[in-house]
Amino acid sequence: MQETVLTMHGICKSFPGVKALDHVDFALQQGEIHALMGENGAGKSTLIKVLTGVYTIDSGEIQIQDQAIVNRSPQEAQDNGISTVYQEISLCPNLTVAENLFLGREPRKLGMIDWKTMNKKAGELLGSLNISVSPVQQLDDCSIAVQQMIAIARAVDMQCKVLILDEPTSSLDDEEVEKLFKLMKHLKEQAVGIIFVTHFLDQVYEVCDRITVLRNGELVGEYLVSELPRVQLVAKMMGKEFDDLADIKSDADKGKTQEAEPFIAAEKLGCTGKVKPFNVNLFKGEVVGLTGLLGSGRSELVRTIYGADKPDSGTLKIDGKETKINAPIDAMKKGMAYLPEDRKNDGIIADLSVRENIIIALQAKRGLTKPMSRKEMEEFADQYIELLQVKTASRETPIKSLSGGNQQKVVIGRWLLTNPEYLILDEPTRGIDVGTKTEIQKLVLKLAKEGMSVTFISSEIEEMLRTCSRMIVMRDGQKVGELDADELTQDTIMHTIAGGESGHE
Amino acid sequence: MNNKGILKKITGNHLFFPLVCLLVVLLINVIKTPDFFSISINNGVLYGYIIDVINRGSELVILALGMTLVTAASGGQDISVGAVMAVAGAICCQILSGGETSVSELQNPMLIAMLAALVVAGLCGAFNGFLVAKLHIQPMVATLILYTAGRGIAQLITKGQITYVRVESYQVLGGYIPGIPIPTPIFVAIAAIVVIALLFKFTTLGLYIESVGINSNASRLVGLNSTKIKFIAYIICGLLAGAAGLVSSSRIYSADANNIGLNLEMDAILAVALGGNLLSGGKFSLAGSVIGAYTIQALTTTLYAMNVSADQLPVYKAIVVIVIVTLQSEVFRSFVKRMKIKNTKAANTVLPNKGV
Repeated sequence: MQETVLTMHGICKSFPGVKALDHVDFALQQGEIHALMGENGAGKSTLIKVLTGVYTIDSGEIQIQDQAIVNRSPQEAQDNGISTVYQEISLCPNLTVAENLFLGREPRKLGMIDWKTMNKKAGELLGSLNISVSPVQQLDDCSIAVQQMIAIARAVDMQCKVLILDEPTSSLDDEEVEKLFKLMKHLKEQAVGIIFVTHFLDQVYEVCDRITVLRNGELVGEYLVSELPRVQLVAKMMGKEFDDLADIKSDADKGKTQEAEPFIAAEKLGCTGKVKPFNVNLFKGEVVGLTGLLGSGRSELVRTIYGADKPDSGTLKIDGKETKINAPIDAMKKGMAYLPEDRKNDGIIADLSVRENIIIALQAKRGLTKPMSRKEMEEFADQYIELLQVKTASRETPIKSLSGGNQQKVVIGRWLLTNPEYLILDEPTRGIDVGTKTEIQKLVLKLAKEGMSVTFISSEIEEMLRTCSRMIVMRDGQKVGELDADELTQDTIMHTIAGGESGHE
Repeated sequence: MNNKGILKKITGNHLFFPLVCLLVVLLINVIKTPDFFSISINNGVLYGYIIDVINRGSELVILALGMTLVTAASGGQDISVGAVMAVAGAICCQILSGGETSVSELQNPMLIAMLAALVVAGLCGAFNGFLVAKLHIQPMVATLILYTAGRGIAQLITKGQITYVRVESYQVLGGYIPGIPIPTPIFVAIAAIVVIALLFKFTTLGLYIESVGINSNASRLVGLNSTKIKFIAYIICGLLAGAAGLVSSSRIYSADANNIGLNLEMDAILAVALGGNLLSGGKFSLAGSVIGAYTIQALTTTLYAMNVSADQLPVYKAIVVIVIVTLQSEVFRSFVKRMKIKNTKAANTVLPNKGV
């Protein structure tokens, strides 16, 4: 019925040590919105970058309307009719809308830019796409959504056959998303093939016709949206066949009698633009899992509790007392510790030594005028290098020269040294080897047994099932459910993550 | 093997290169002026080129200390320090003269005048710190304000005149303490070094500054207040600039708003760089900056000794700086390393042939 506009066949791409794409096929029809789905590291962005010429492929073939093409640069991809609008808008904020639309291909008269024609053409283009903005307005003054649409308009005007939208909605509010979807549907009618990358399930089911799922660099399959229920989609993304899910139970003491008083009690705590107000009770001696797809607000929830993002609504009670947390230091003084998700940017202090990285949090807690003696620092450092089996040349080695797993151990050691009562671990096992992973899981269970309250975030469901005694489920920046010990099975979790037809409360 | 290990340890030390630079400059001095290191006593005080270098370098050393902290914490430089020196000098002299253009007797106690000058210099630092740490303005842009306005403020304070304080006790700071042959500025520089060293010993400021300079995000999450730490660094820098300003002003027993500390901010930044510190912030070495400051001063003195006029001085300085900075750059070093490997490879391939 429809013509296939883009075919990718047997695409392979390797990076040192990783096979990012392994014989991936992809096909895009004319006039369809095609969602590209997959968890972190599934190969979505690599596929996009291969398509747009940022990376060159190792093997495989890309065809546009049955004509094989090679994209060696984004410019070449554009000439071949493939345009991309990234999450971060790559326009010039200090230029006008019209200038942005025609940048690099301005209409000219006698060698000079023909402003009149340019503004007129821009007006026509915007009008045809129902974008209500003046061509002479400065881009800065437009909302993010409008900027996003202008980027799309620019792509459309360059006669693109394939339009890639890489997470365009992540910084838009509901109303703006609605506008964007209208534009997408409009383009669809004009026979443009749209590849839509997003983490929001609701949005996929709202606008898309077809879904391609990737996992670990491999193609899982291509499905019609109408034929793939949400739960199935989540199962495919996470790599579990829904039907034969084994009911794995953890060895941890579950259903432990909970104390009357939670250690952390958040009531309607929220941070605008990051996470919607939520209620959470966390008890001592339990490991609570926080799950949801990437971008579902699970990191944002713990960051709000910890004060890394300052909460702007609701109250937080620690040990029964209402507490105001303005900055991480306040949370630390109340016995919290937070291992951030992004180890490189938020965790390690790269040029400092292992010793300094271990003691820094405790030192910050003690204050500016109470420095530890060198001897004390060395003892602490040695103690945690020993306890966590950190492999380092010496305690004075800069942390940046350690492997990822060992860096992570150092950061964990940093927090254990502060002797916290509540420990938040955000993806502590990502990107580290299997051996260390198990060590960290064991450590988490041990700490909880000793009376610590732990919140554990991981993208791997099995890992969560092994360690957590309770789970909080997030979707689209909102807490959507809580699962107790007896409900903790892969399929209930996935049902809750997927939401929609079978919400589990 | 063992010798190689020791050699590597020495060349690998972060102070190795700054020291080599200093030694090279001194060596050239000795060749050009054989009596460079000779010290004599005239009128009960020490004389000689080397004394002059250490004496004249005092202000630069004091500024370089503050510049190092600001650089490490904020990844940018405070270019207003020269102007802040002028402001401090103006405040001090104006209070001492009680508003007159030239006095031969102190109108107010010296202690009050100097403290007031330091307070104002500290406020200048706080102003810079506020712009950089709180408002997140780029350090170069933020400090440009006082860089341009500072000398004007100093002029306003002295009512556009050069205020002279022709009192012997005011000349002590930039001159000599009666009975002691060593110039006082040297003591002031040493005192500044000691104060900063003690500050780092009895507080955790050094670690915090490095941490914030390397990774401000991670530092916040481990409970550090990066705004406060950057702010403190700028205040310290301002105070030190004030102290340097007092020395400078005392040398000429006047407040010359147009000339005190002129172009010294650039020398201070250079001293930080020559000391092996990254101008983008992070780990720092105060010792390196001090060595860097003396290197620059030695260079200046050398050029004067070679009868280069003050106007041409920057040209020669620039040439030397280009050489030193090139030698220190990563690109050049890895180039040298590659050449070395190439040479040893070439030597290795030649050797077996010889055997045959």
